[in-house]
Amino acid sequence: MLKLKETARKNAQLLFPLVSLFAIVIINLIVEPNFFSLELRVNNVGNTVLSGNVISILDNGSELAILAIGMTLVTAASGGQDISVGAAIAIAGGVVLRVLCGNEASPDILHAPIIYAFLASCVVAMLFGAFNGVLVSIFKIQPMIATLILFTSGRSIGYWIGGGQIAKISEKQFGYFGGFIPGVPVPTPILIAVLCMIVIALVLKFTNLGLYTQAVGINEKSARLNGLNPVRIKLLAYIIIGFCVAVAAFIKVSRMSTINYSSVAQDIEMDVILAVAIGGNALGGGKFNMAGSIIGAYTIQALTVTLYAMPGVTSESIRFYKALVIIILVVISSPAVKSALEKLWAKLFPKKSPPVKEALV
Amino acid sequence: MTAIKKIRHRQPLTDSNLLLIITISIFAAMYALSMIFFGGGFLNPQQFLNLFNENASLIILACALSVVMIQGGIDISVGGITALVSVCCAVYLEDRGGSVLGALGLALGIGLAFGLLQGLLISFLDIQPFIITLAGMFLARGISTMVEVNPRTVKHAGFSALREIEIRLPGIGYYAKNGNFINAKIELGVIVALLVLLALFVVLKWSRFGRSLYAIGGGSQNALMLGINIRRTRLYSYMICGMLSGIAGFVYLLHTGSGSVTQATGAEMKAIASSIIGGVLLTGGVGNIIGTLFGVISLGTINNVVVAMGLKGPWWQGITTGAMLCLFIVLQSIIISNRNGGSFKLALPGWFIPKKKTNESKPPQ
Repeated sequence: MLKLKETARKNAQLLFPLVSLFAIVIINLIVEPNFFSLELRVNNVGNTVLSGNVISILDNGSELAILAIGMTLVTAASGGQDISVGAAIAIAGGVVLRVLCGNEASPDILHAPIIYAFLASCVVAMLFGAFNGVLVSIFKIQPMIATLILFTSGRSIGYWIGGGQIAKISEKQFGYFGGFIPGVPVPTPILIAVLCMIVIALVLKFTNLGLYTQAVGINEKSARLNGLNPVRIKLLAYIIIGFCVAVAAFIKVSRMSTINYSSVAQDIEMDVILAVAIGGNALGGGKFNMAGSIIGAYTIQALTVTLYAMPGVTSESIRFYKALVIIILVVISSPAVKSALEKLWAKLFPKKSPPVKEALV
Repeated sequence: MTAIKKIRHRQPLTDSNLLLIITISIFAAMYALSMIFFGGGFLNPQQFLNLFNENASLIILACALSVVMIQGGIDISVGGITALVSVCCAVYLEDRGGSVLGALGLALGIGLAFGLLQGLLISFLDIQPFIITLAGMFLARGISTMVEVNPRTVKHAGFSALREIEIRLPGIGYYAKNGNFINAKIELGVIVALLVLLALFVVLKWSRFGRSLYAIGGGSQNALMLGINIRRTRLYSYMICGMLSGIAGFVYLLHTGSGSVTQATGAEMKAIASSIIGGVLLTGGVGNIIGTLFGVISLGTINNVVVAMGLKGPWWQGITTGAMLCLFIVLQSIIISNRNGGSFKLALPGWFIPKKKTNESKPPQ
């Protein structure tokens, strides 16, 4: 019954993330009237670049949006979340630094072309994704528990792969991916995120990935009886999130040109799960809404930026305000409150003579 | 007569007890092997007791999480509450001139408030426990930075006196370098932790509330049909969890003697890991609080083993903990699949499963 109701509410699913995003934007506009202002300025490297609040939200939210794509698929297919993405970013980042720097702490010349480092980190991250996927699909362990393994050990593995040193890359070209490509005024992470979104949109449009994922998430047994292989589809979802992790890690490393294994992308898994939840996706799996998750990711980032702009909010106390907003959002979107609100709505604006009975007959 | 009856009605081992036995035997094997191969510190009873001394608050947190996990939920705010309590108590004792009893009341109050808030939202509004307790974690850590950003050391006289209480065990000890026999000591926090453990063991085993928790974890629909008030039981479990996190925060302060925002970072994940190693299934309905205790000290022992093996890289502890967790999780999954026969099977690929000849040779009747 619940599933049916959810399907009926499908169209309303996008409403919630959009409304919350608009609310945040409006609050920003009240506090700072020229919130949307964009300006072209020359940065310290000499490029003409766009800058402004919107650009900074889109720029810093790129990793979140990319990870939200993978997390949505994982949530839908396996009915649980991957909490190891932050740790996996440390691993993938460690691979990138190891391939590029070898054993040197700050090499003058890179040891390998940048694309090799990216491919290597993709392979490693997808392998670790497959490890999670095997635990979830073959051993039927709850996703949160299965990924807890990598969550506890991932940062250590990253440090180990990185050779126990924190290497720094001074090569200018490497910084393009987290900053600006000369001649392009838009930050590269935004372009990468848009590319990822286009790819996933095309995949969902022209393949059965979305349908199969939802089928497995809604009812694994009936999906199996319909000729789908739930093991393979769950595994695929975890491998896809592995790829997303590699892309996000590449952006992260490129931004800072180094990596701090114990603090890189800390708490990002929580933000990503929140993005998925705000996007109107059931965290218990089943139907998903990719656009909602991506909007949710940018909502979270906008919230973070907004909170930082508020007076009296420091980098330490931001979690408090974030938590308050999260609780309010979740309470409003909870089924009990939702149905109460709907009843109230029906009472306030009663429909005139609903022709329901005739339709049933 | 009665003896015969008892033998005839012997019940099969429950999942909880089986997982408990596995946990205890693996811990015993691990400790015995390290005694044989590394000797040294492992032969010293003090090092064994230090596992308890250093992990007293973690034991309480893991017990708290076990209660919630048996019921089928999760609470990841426990580490945040621990940090908040330690900071608040430190500030209260130092700046506000509070008393030790007052600090204890503060700790319990903070824990209960968080437990009540989260429990109400989770059980009466049907919100995912993960999301709500995640928000609770952020909330607790955020508030503790607003209370005091810098680490505070507690120099309060009464509290320091309480800190110095330690119990010397008669007859158990070690010889110091100068040849004197030193009795092994345990701290006050350990006593608290063991009392909590005992109380929870009794509650989970013999009280109506405890059995309802198992019933809800096993299947909330069935529990509802048995006439169990699911919402209220869930609420109580989160309240117990919150209160125990408050106690854990106080014990943490007793052990370290300083309150800081960064304390107990990752304690929630350690506590969850200990519960899992101790045989609590996250799906709920299976678990034993004694196993949780062994889960905590197994994790501590692994760290000691890593140090004894001479692996100096800072990464080895994380990797070995992960490997051990992986071993236990996979083991649990395989055992449960074997025991439940048809209802739960590992989705192993066809070539991996050994062929059963007996089933195939018998014609169906």
